[in-house]
Amino acid sequence: MTIAETQNKIITEFQYFDDWMDKYNYLIELGMSLPVMDDKFKIKSNLISGCQSRVWLHASYKDGKIRFEADGDAVITKGIISMLIRVFSGQTPDDIINASLDFIDQIGLKEHLSPTRSNGLVSMTKQLKLYALAFKTKNE
Amino acid sequence: MNINIENIRKDFPILGQQVYGKPLVYLDNAATTQKPKQVIQAISDYYSLFNSNIHRGVHYLSQEATQAFEETREIIRQFINAENKKEIIFTKGATDSLNIIASSFAKSFINEGDEIIISSLEHHSNIVPWQFVCKERGAKLRIIPLNEIGEIDMAAFQKLINNRTRIVAVAHVSNALGTIVPVKDIIEIAHNHAIPVLIDGAQAVPHMKVDVRDLGCDFYCFSAHKMYGPMGIGILFGKEEFLEKIPPYQGGGEMIKTVTFENSTYGDLPFKFEAGTPNVAGVAGFKAAIDYLNNLGMERVAAYESSLYKYAVDALKNIDGLQIIGSGTNKTSVISFLMKGIHHYDTGTILDRFGIAVRTGHHCAQPVMDLFHIPGTIRASFGLYNTHQEVNKLVEALLKLKEMFGN
Ligand SMILES: Cc1ncc(COP(=O)(O)O)c(C=O)c1O
Repeated sequence: MTIAETQNKIITEFQYFDDWMDKYNYLIELGMSLPVMDDKFKIKSNLISGCQSRVWLHASYKDGKIRFEADGDAVITKGIISMLIRVFSGQTPDDIINASLDFIDQIGLKEHLSPTRSNGLVSMTKQLKLYALAFKTKNE
Repeated sequence: MNINIENIRKDFPILGQQVYGKPLVYLDNAATTQKPKQVIQAISDYYSLFNSNIHRGVHYLSQEATQAFEETREIIRQFINAENKKEIIFTKGATDSLNIIASSFAKSFINEGDEIIISSLEHHSNIVPWQFVCKERGAKLRIIPLNEIGEIDMAAFQKLINNRTRIVAVAHVSNALGTIVPVKDIIEIAHNHAIPVLIDGAQAVPHMKVDVRDLGCDFYCFSAHKMYGPMGIGILFGKEEFLEKIPPYQGGGEMIKTVTFENSTYGDLPFKFEAGTPNVAGVAGFKAAIDYLNNLGMERVAAYESSLYKYAVDALKNIDGLQIIGSGTNKTSVISFLMKGIHHYDTGTILDRFGIAVRTGHHCAQPVMDLFHIPGTIRASFGLYNTHQEVNKLVEALLKLKEMFGN
């Protein structure tokens, strides 16, 4: 599935929720079911700054694709990361670098996910793209 | 006479707001309080009717503005019962006041090897300026530890005092926990050793009657915006004898007597510490805030907040898994807490969706958090317009939160 297709799928899923509580319940569910990250990746260099809670992001590269793993202290934040990973993991560096994130605006969580919130969404997205850029330069 | 909350709430336009379609429950008063329409009106009136630069104009408006400005100084003197108007200096806020004292006091009184005592529950703004001083002058920062419920360890304090101690600088009330510090005892002990004391009163003045002469402190700092006044204005109280002995902080207009390129002579107190055009509109708003508090009476404000606080503590204690951080008995209306198994940021996020504004995180008091081995807390801080129903809403929202997180 392409990055755009996954985003569309998420948007459709969120259409089933009537109110904010259902949406947050879903985020909490996503956050709680995010696979636990190996402790060896929970290191300072993987920490994303700009979040009110701790978030670690690790990336690996295989056969031209990037795989992301992440973890954090706050469940709602983990729910958001889980969606980002779903969108970006398994994609090529080029696709990640060029992708625009429109699903955030369209799933009705804008007020929570707006860049002025210190939830680190901006830092997380930036970090994901930086990884993509790093792998691209390394392998060219 | 009791406080009529319904009438009070009508004075605060912002409290009528809805957030996410729910009535705003504003419980972040320790960060900043909302402003009554009297304060908003005073600022608007100032710009509509009186605006002009003060202390320098020969013209009518300037005289009016100057008079209002100086009258406010007198009202503030009375509010904290200082001896002399000269001891009241207008600053940008508590942070500014603390920086002025740290910097200027150090120039006159702190040398290599000297020691400065602060406590473990200080706000960063009563830590970092002293760290600057220590670095610049080769002095040492000594820290009074807290006991396990977040109170100052007085025995440890006495042991820290020695013949190199030059100043003691402590908060009157902790912003993170709401603990009231026994500053009067601290001042007495320090004065027995002839050591001056600075009190950071940012979290005290909004909640209780403060009398600087009764306390005996040498310096006292606070911000208008935490006591229903505007942002960008605050007070530095200093005993005349000390303010005379320390150099000015900034140079500029207003603070000088004569200027030549070789030298300048400084103006008298309080102007020596008020370089440049001050925040005159802020002072006008501040006056309205003090009038508002004086009208209600600080004793009544304190009594109302104390009953609300007790109600809130009892209600929150009933929630399974809720842990109150800092269980000292002598506290203002601040409750710092954690929900078992739920990150404070998640709690704050969900409360926000219920229209409840709280603060989450370390509250600019990281050393306090370190003491309790926690990264942060959720802080609900109450003001004179908060209600028992709002406490109930907080409790309901926390119960819903528990449901959402399955615990
Ligand atoms: C105890 C204490 N001191 C100082 C300050 C700094 O006040 P301001 O930011 O208004 O300068 C605060 C503000 O949170 C505080 O709580």
